[in-house]
Amino acid sequence: MNRQLLALVSWRLASAVVTLLIVSFTIFLATMMLPGDVAQILLGQAATPEAVAGLRKAMHLDEPAIFQFLKWLGGLASGDLGRSYANNMPIAALIGDRLANSLKLAAATTAIAVPLALTLGITAAINRNSLYDRIISGLTIAVISVPEFLLATLAVLVFAVYLRWLPALSLANETKTFGDLLRIYALPVITLTFGVSAQMIRMTRAAVIETLNTPYVEMAMLKGASRRRKVLWHALPNALGPIVNAIALSLSYLLGGVIIVETIFSYPGIAKLMVDAVSTRDLPLIQSCAMIFCVGYLVLVTIADIIAIVSNPRLRT
Amino acid sequence: MTIDTVSAGRRASYRFNKIGLMSLGVILAWALVAIFAPLLAPYPIGKIVNFEFFAPVSARFWMGTDYLGRDMLSRVLMGARYTVGISLVAVALACFMGVALGMMAAVLGGWIDTVLSRLMDALISIPSKLFGLVVVAGLGSSIPVLILTLAVIYTPGSYRFARALAVNINAMDYVIVARARGEGLGYLVRSEILPNITGPVLADFGLRFVFIVLLLSGLSFLGLGVQPPFADWGALVRENLGGLSFGAPAVIFPSLAIATLTISVNLLIDNLPRKIRDQGA
Repeated sequence: MNRQLLALVSWRLASAVVTLLIVSFTIFLATMMLPGDVAQILLGQAATPEAVAGLRKAMHLDEPAIFQFLKWLGGLASGDLGRSYANNMPIAALIGDRLANSLKLAAATTAIAVPLALTLGITAAINRNSLYDRIISGLTIAVISVPEFLLATLAVLVFAVYLRWLPALSLANETKTFGDLLRIYALPVITLTFGVSAQMIRMTRAAVIETLNTPYVEMAMLKGASRRRKVLWHALPNALGPIVNAIALSLSYLLGGVIIVETIFSYPGIAKLMVDAVSTRDLPLIQSCAMIFCVGYLVLVTIADIIAIVSNPRLRT
Repeated sequence: MTIDTVSAGRRASYRFNKIGLMSLGVILAWALVAIFAPLLAPYPIGKIVNFEFFAPVSARFWMGTDYLGRDMLSRVLMGARYTVGISLVAVALACFMGVALGMMAAVLGGWIDTVLSRLMDALISIPSKLFGLVVVAGLGSSIPVLILTLAVIYTPGSYRFARALAVNINAMDYVIVARARGEGLGYLVRSEILPNITGPVLADFGLRFVFIVLLLSGLSFLGLGVQPPFADWGALVRENLGGLSFGAPAVIFPSLAIATLTISVNLLIDNLPRKIRDQGA
């Protein structure tokens, strides 16, 4: 049994690696399609054709795409991300702080969203079809249906414009006290928490309801188990796999969410860095940022899949 | 999204319930606005009609004016054309490709199925916003590029959904009989599989429409979607973001427009009459 599980999990990991390779090639191709000759752009309009040709050779731009791809991949694997076209800084240095900032944002959101979503999702499932459940379900549908920038603009309108509790921008270098820190993180975290929790609540609720409908929970109820015991003792342990799966999947929503949230609040994270790199056509920077996003997404989805395999024997066939 | 079976006890019928009817009404209203926008707009779309920018709601300007002093109502009505139009074409393309390929993979099986499924899995594991960002930045933003990008991003999801459904139908006795009769791929797909998966595919169509509206608005909001002087609702929010800090109506109304459309589609899917939703399921 255990060996079979191990084989399944390692097969899943292997297919994640293959997917990552295909994804990295796709990203590379997509950025190759960006119009304009990089050497020409770097040297400007006044450059002589010889200078452009020289730079192309120096940057290996005249080699076939597949060699460039392999070179880039090799660099990635050895931690050499190349240099930014825009300011010739090493990309690793550009990304370092930004990535840390984004991870802080993600960590803060996760710390708030997971307990909140689990509580609301489980209580909604227990009180199914009650007014409470209907309100929660209605709200989550509304939040899922609207774009992230709408959540962000609403948060700004409520907390910064009408209540005047918080600043509308998050400039992380102006922090002096813990209070400042809280004020800066509050709006982006609130926005992301709304988006992530809505998904998580829906999936948690569905998972718990599914277990509550199983014969063994019905049996426990017939034997006179209290509602509390029925949920906490019989249903929850079996719903745990799907719930953790739901958490991992919902967190992947963060990756799309931060792109909008960091832009709207000018938060100095990696998504803002990438959006800026797109506007300056900074190829190596876009590629590296895109790879970081895809790796993050793949890790979360793979974890979700593995948890599902481990927790549900029926998926092991 | 799971569909609740709250009304499981009720008799199956084609009748919409109240919420379904209301959301259908909102969707149809936006569709009509998208078609007749130039006739409905009270002012010429791009014309500066007021010297006060970010004007509040008034009898002359029902949604205030934007950052240049243009009438917001006219711009929101016209924006419906871009948001609804582009999304509708994109979702139709995505679902057509996804469902056609999905059914084909399910019926043919073998290496075609394996190769297609692996490819779609790889495509699906690129976050959609990132994919849109890179491709649209690369090819430049024009409406055909937007439509194709959105369609490609959402094809894999539709493919997986349709393939999963079609694999089940494909194992049914009547399909095996049809195959034994010597029917070809075209007949099997058209006459045996498709009629039996229309309900769920329709619901999936709606869901994907919402995703596409959201992604399109997001891209436009980042400045990579519909380009000025034209503007969809996402671009309208971006243009007028400067008014956010004092709560200008110019930034609120386009957001509301998006919300009414997407929430209505989601509610409609959840409240589809059982006869339509369960068609063949």
